[in-house]
Amino acid sequence: MPDAPSDAVLDATGVAKRFGAVQALRNASLQVKAGQVVALMGANGAGKSTFVKILTGVLKPDAGHVRIKGRDSTVVNPAGARKWGLVPVYQEPSLIPDLSVADNLRLGDTPMEPFRHWIGELGLPDLSSDALIRSLPLASLRIVDLARALALEPDVLLLDELTAALPTDLVDRVLKVVRAQADQGRSVIYVSHRFNEIAAICDRATVLRDGLTVGDVAIEPGIEERIVEMMLGGAVAAAVAEDRPAKPLPTAIPRLRVRSLKTGTRLTDVSFDLHKGEVLGVVALEGQGQDELFDVLAGNRRASAGTVEVDGAPKTFHHPADAIAAGLTLVPGDRAHALLMSRSVRENIAVPLLARIRTWGAIRMGDEAEKVGAAIETLQIDTRAQGEVRRLSGGNQQKVTIARWIAKGVQTLLLFDPTRGIDIRTKRQIYGLVRDLADQGAAVLFYTSELAEIRLACDRAVVIFNGRVVDIIDARDADEATLMRAAYGLTEKAPA
Amino acid sequence: MTMTDTPTAMNRLGRLMVDRPLLPLIGLLILLVAVLAILNPGVLSMFWASNTLKIAIPLAMLAACQTMTMLTGGIDLSVGTAATIAAYLTATLAPLIGVPPAIAIALAAAILIGLVNGFGIAICRVHPLIMTLGTALIATGCLLVYQRYVIATGVLIPDFLLWLGTGRTLGLPNSLALFIPFAILVIWAQRRSGFGRLLYAIGANEAAARLSGVRVWQVHFTLYTLSSLIAGVTGLLYLGQIKTASLSLALPLDLPSVAAAVIGGTSIFGGRGGYGGTIVGALILTVLTSMLTLMQIPEGGRRILFGLIILAVTALFIRLTERN
Ligand SMILES: Nc1ncnc2c1ncn2[C@@H]1O[C@H](COP(=O)(O)OP(=O)(O)OP(=O)(O)O)[C@@H](O)[C@H]1O
Ligand SMILES: [Mg+2]
Repeated sequence: MPDAPSDAVLDATGVAKRFGAVQALRNASLQVKAGQVVALMGANGAGKSTFVKILTGVLKPDAGHVRIKGRDSTVVNPAGARKWGLVPVYQEPSLIPDLSVADNLRLGDTPMEPFRHWIGELGLPDLSSDALIRSLPLASLRIVDLARALALEPDVLLLDELTAALPTDLVDRVLKVVRAQADQGRSVIYVSHRFNEIAAICDRATVLRDGLTVGDVAIEPGIEERIVEMMLGGAVAAAVAEDRPAKPLPTAIPRLRVRSLKTGTRLTDVSFDLHKGEVLGVVALEGQGQDELFDVLAGNRRASAGTVEVDGAPKTFHHPADAIAAGLTLVPGDRAHALLMSRSVRENIAVPLLARIRTWGAIRMGDEAEKVGAAIETLQIDTRAQGEVRRLSGGNQQKVTIARWIAKGVQTLLLFDPTRGIDIRTKRQIYGLVRDLADQGAAVLFYTSELAEIRLACDRAVVIFNGRVVDIIDARDADEATLMRAAYGLTEKAPA
Repeated sequence: MTMTDTPTAMNRLGRLMVDRPLLPLIGLLILLVAVLAILNPGVLSMFWASNTLKIAIPLAMLAACQTMTMLTGGIDLSVGTAATIAAYLTATLAPLIGVPPAIAIALAAAILIGLVNGFGIAICRVHPLIMTLGTALIATGCLLVYQRYVIATGVLIPDFLLWLGTGRTLGLPNSLALFIPFAILVIWAQRRSGFGRLLYAIGANEAAARLSGVRVWQVHFTLYTLSSLIAGVTGLLYLGQIKTASLSLALPLDLPSVAAAVIGGTSIFGGRGGYGGTIVGALILTVLTSMLTLMQIPEGGRRILFGLIILAVTALFIRLTERN
């Protein structure tokens, strides 16, 4: 490594970290100057989160050298990092579920005034400080996490896949705020798998591959492919999946027919048909009723009005098991709700295979191993740390939540933001997988907070605003601007 | 800052305990036996070993109930009561109606306790600690009523229970004939049966298990019923071992059964652990008790030491394993 430029606020070189048999970081380095936003990029499991945790004192590196503002860092714990001006937002929300927002802030010694200011800036001015963390949706938690960090006035802000769980409108706000931080002379380290965000706010990108810093480039038009190449090494995946060809919709009875579905205050009146062989996108801003819709369809919550028909037969689900019996399986948006963190990859994937009383007896181990192995293969899960799912990288954890239903066999798949935190290569694989499943006769309902995915993976998209379907758009016409306008309720028309 | 961090001995030990939790426990057991041998030269003998096993087996069986319920994040504090009731009913009813009907009624009573627990925990969602404590109190009350109104004509301890509880074959306690198949079955069920896997799944993340289609109440209901049945059978064995029917026969085993599971590495928060560790945990507790007894410390001091050692071992275990 050449001598670091003396004006780097944070300068880390030669950082290494091993977890048992897994060498998470080999030789990672990263420099960020005042006023810069530096993207930290890399495939799932490249070591980004590990790097962030080392810089902020959560993990102790096996080797490495870190200088902050020109002085050797003495950071050994998060409190120390804060004294040095380093404030992180980790990949998973770090708030105590059973306490209120205000209590969480008090625990972290966060000043209330600036926090309220930032919450407003970030688009959630109505968030109550007395709200229990447990009761907030994931997106709000992420915003709380960020506002809390900003309230501490960090010199270096480290954001680990903060936007992965956010809907587009909130992402825009976050990007603005983050860029403004840098423009005021602060520094930001920004971990994300989304190139449009990188292009929008980052000055440079540092790329990790297998724990090694393999490049440090300025962000300029056309740099994406280079970064992808660096991230993935020689094995560059095929070009971005082509648009999906239009498919004539079967006129027979739909796999899933939803009529005037209503529950709680958010989901007021949603109707649509989902056909066999179709991937139906769902587009909505934060809190327009999409969470409730998926919960009802998965049997996790009762509808207060409306009907759900599966293959023409009316259904009421009292329990997720009822939905699963009808072939409706959910990949929830928050993987904390889906995973057995302390259990192995295999056990996680096999749960649905054992759920029913008649499967309580002897497990056919060979059979199970085969199904689980095939699902791991399909999703290319990095199983180096497979003994406990919590040791997997965020993206690999996400893959496990999908693998579970692949192993079980899919009829109607309800995917709630399934590519959250997944790297670009795997994203393409998941679009391909979703299409293959549909071609094999499955029906897929696909909510995504990344609008570009509608064209890549779906046949049509229903747009939900204010708890109602306001538009149904053919995927070929679903460019981001069109979807955005519809999502804001600007083009409302009677659904077909 | 330049840091070179070679894994310390503590770290390595911690890792070992996560990957192979049985090894350090067996090490501790051997250490205790060695200390015992040094303090009391000549105490170690085939007879001593066989006796220790005999005492440890009922404890280990009740600790199976704790292990399984703790895996789901629960606990069963009514096992001592269920065991006592089963023993007491058998001993007092046998002279009146014969041995087989007496045992049938005794086990039915134990199962009834489990059904009530299961109903409260699975359907009414009462916390297992409260529910099982409550049923234990109620059941003890019922036993007192029974004792006052059913005039026992005497006490009869069935011969085969005496054989099982106190007999030896080739120097080994006969109770192994019950325990070995039992232990194999429990360990097999935990690793290789759907029911066992679901115990871990529920303990690790109940909401996730539910979303995967597990009807959690079914598991809880079955689990607590099964737990009481095991406790009832243990009560019969214990009756044969102690050879008297008292109203508090197995009650002193309640907390040690929890301690055996905890020392054996089963997490009270659920999702982690297993019966293998619990068996070693029960042996450790038994050897510890016999050590403190042989050291002729007065009862008070013995209990204090016993408590302190359990705390120390558990704290050390948690510290070492949580590091990683
Ligand atoms: N506590 C741990 N124990 C064992 N292995 C771990 C642990 N934490 C991380 N790892 C492993 O280290 C590697 C890097 O993980 P890390 O979370 O840093 O990846 P990442 O780049 O953030 O990926 P993602 O994009 O999926 O979030 C992975 O292979 C992961 O399984
Ligand atoms: Mg990560």
